[in-house]
Amino acid sequence: MTTPADAASRLHGRDLTLAYDQRVISQDLAVTVPDNSFTVIVGPNACGKSTLLRALSRTLRPARGHVHLDGRVIGSYPAKEVARRLGLLPQSSIAPDGIGVADLVARGRFPHQGFLRQWSKQDEAVVAEAMEATGIADLSERSVDELSGGQRQRVWLAMVLAQQTPLLLLDEPTTYLDIAHQMDMLDLCAELHAERGHTLVAVLHDLNHACRYATHLIVMKEGAIVAEGDPATVVTAELVEEVFGLPVRIIDDPETHTPMIVPVDRRAAAR
Amino acid sequence: MSDTLAPPRRPGTSGGRTTPRGSFALRLFGERLSLLVRPRTLVVCLALTLLSALVLVVSVSVGDYAIPLRAVPGAIAGYGERLDVFFVQGVRLPRALTAIGVGAALGIAGAVFQSLSRNALGSPDIIGFTSGAATGAVTVILVFGAGRVAVSLGAIAGGLLTAAVVYLLAMKNGVQGYRLVLVGIGVSAMLGSVRDYLLTRAELTDAMGAQIWMIGSLNGRGWGEVAAVWVCLALLGPVLLAQGKRLRFMELGEDTARGLGVSTQATQLTVLAVASALTGAAIAVAGPIGFIALAAPQLARRLTRTGGTTLVGSALMGAALLVVADLVAQRALAPVQLPAGVVTAVIGGSYLIWLLYTEWRGGRA
Ligand SMILES: Nc1ncnc2c1ncn2[C@@H]1O[C@H](COP(=O)(O)OP(=O)(O)O)[C@@H](O)[C@H]1O
Ligand SMILES: [Mg+2]
Repeated sequence: MTTPADAASRLHGRDLTLAYDQRVISQDLAVTVPDNSFTVIVGPNACGKSTLLRALSRTLRPARGHVHLDGRVIGSYPAKEVARRLGLLPQSSIAPDGIGVADLVARGRFPHQGFLRQWSKQDEAVVAEAMEATGIADLSERSVDELSGGQRQRVWLAMVLAQQTPLLLLDEPTTYLDIAHQMDMLDLCAELHAERGHTLVAVLHDLNHACRYATHLIVMKEGAIVAEGDPATVVTAELVEEVFGLPVRIIDDPETHTPMIVPVDRRAAAR
Repeated sequence: MSDTLAPPRRPGTSGGRTTPRGSFALRLFGERLSLLVRPRTLVVCLALTLLSALVLVVSVSVGDYAIPLRAVPGAIAGYGERLDVFFVQGVRLPRALTAIGVGAALGIAGAVFQSLSRNALGSPDIIGFTSGAATGAVTVILVFGAGRVAVSLGAIAGGLLTAAVVYLLAMKNGVQGYRLVLVGIGVSAMLGSVRDYLLTRAELTDAMGAQIWMIGSLNGRGWGEVAAVWVCLALLGPVLLAQGKRLRFMELGEDTARGLGVSTQATQLTVLAVASALTGAAIAVAGPIGFIALAAPQLARRLTRTGGTTLVGSALMGAALLVVADLVAQRALAPVQLPAGVVTAVIGGSYLIWLLYTEWRGGRA
């Protein structure tokens, strides 16, 4: 079953059945994250995007099938070893009461630390760089409780960056952010991808953002992948209508010349 | 990103500090050993240790037969007046050491339960463990009329069984804090009525014995109890401390912890089993002393300001609370001896009211 493209990919899954207890979300799923891509996963609410991301990050063990990371079944690595190769920003996290920004970002160093090596100079430098990259260096002395939603989201991202993993999986990194901060976050992701060579997988809600930023788009519906590839070729009005049940027109994004999705005005049709 | 006018920023110096607040790095042997030291935590832990030691000496010295403070060290070592040595070595020292051990066990176990349930109320007192142990012990006393060891075993069995039942009932995609607390309160209430029923059917002297046991007390505890609780602490404490860091990571949420490389299930099972065993040992030795497990972790956390669970701090706080409570219990209405559980209930009850009040004001409860 393994095609040459898979063999070259650091992260892929085959014949995956993903379920919570008895409840099956995805069946016979095959997914490949192309190396050095900015892969974006889109799909309607509750179609299983987060579930797929959890399986790819070993947070959820597949009921059947295996996810492969760097040529080995992901479950066969020690937990910390996975965390040195792959970082996960879950859809929701909990900041303990009163924890400081730098404390939280420093948590990202855990997979690199040991009993004797708890806070090296390298840890310090990497945490500084992660806070710099996400623009939160000035907040380092603050408590996470006191921050706005957007600042908090950047703190969590900085924590994942401090893991220094070549692969980054981000579940809805732009929720809770206003439009300007959404673009900031996406530009930052694009920079991580283009300039620092990270392979990114992000779940996004906004199709236009997905088309702008993705080098590889995965479209999901009811647990299955219904289309994937370059957004310019994948995204059609038929596909969007089929997946989201929404009639749309596709026009050219005047800024980036990627597909831009404009919902059809159903009120006009009704008139 | 590059700005030619701005001086190059060195990592670690830009913006603010990168070392976690209130900490500094201690690096030795050319980076082979690097530790993060929090002076505040150290000071709090040291102060609590000193407090416990001081109260230990005082409780050894005072009593209806008073021993001058300066005679205490000698008497502890076995020198001095025979009666002094008898009271110190035979009665007061083991009692105080039991109090410290039981308090430490309850404090650290409470911290584990609260951390796992992510809830300040998720302590063994509230989630049914204590009530289960009491019911187990009362059953043994009243139904089988058995002795001290059997009562202790009954308490441990009852506690573990109840904890398992509560956890199974509260479990749904992992342990949910509030569900655990609510199920625990319900199960505790049911067990309480079982105990009441047993008490109404019992002989008066048996019933009184059971009642006294249920309050929790350190009266008459000797070297056997000291050995039991301290051996458990020495064996099980390090297991918990080794998992302490992972526990604090699990407070970030299950997915986040796993993403950072923490095996959450293994950690959860280990600490749950060990903390249950420690609670069981403490209850077996001193009866179900309330509120230490509830209050100690929160007080320690607020004093150290760690923004997370502190296991060592909770243990030391539990030890200090109980040894102080027992001293108060002995001396408050002297010559009447109160059970320590009465004093911890008064302290703990006030704490609980304060906790709920601040949580309500914070809009979280
Ligand atoms: N921990 C869980 N236990 C049980 N069912 C879950 C759990 N998490 C998600 N689900 C269910 O799985 C389905 C897919 O969820 P999810 O992957 O989170 O969707 P998406 O991220 O695409 O919105 C949903 O129906 C959701 O209710
Ligand atoms: Mg989701």
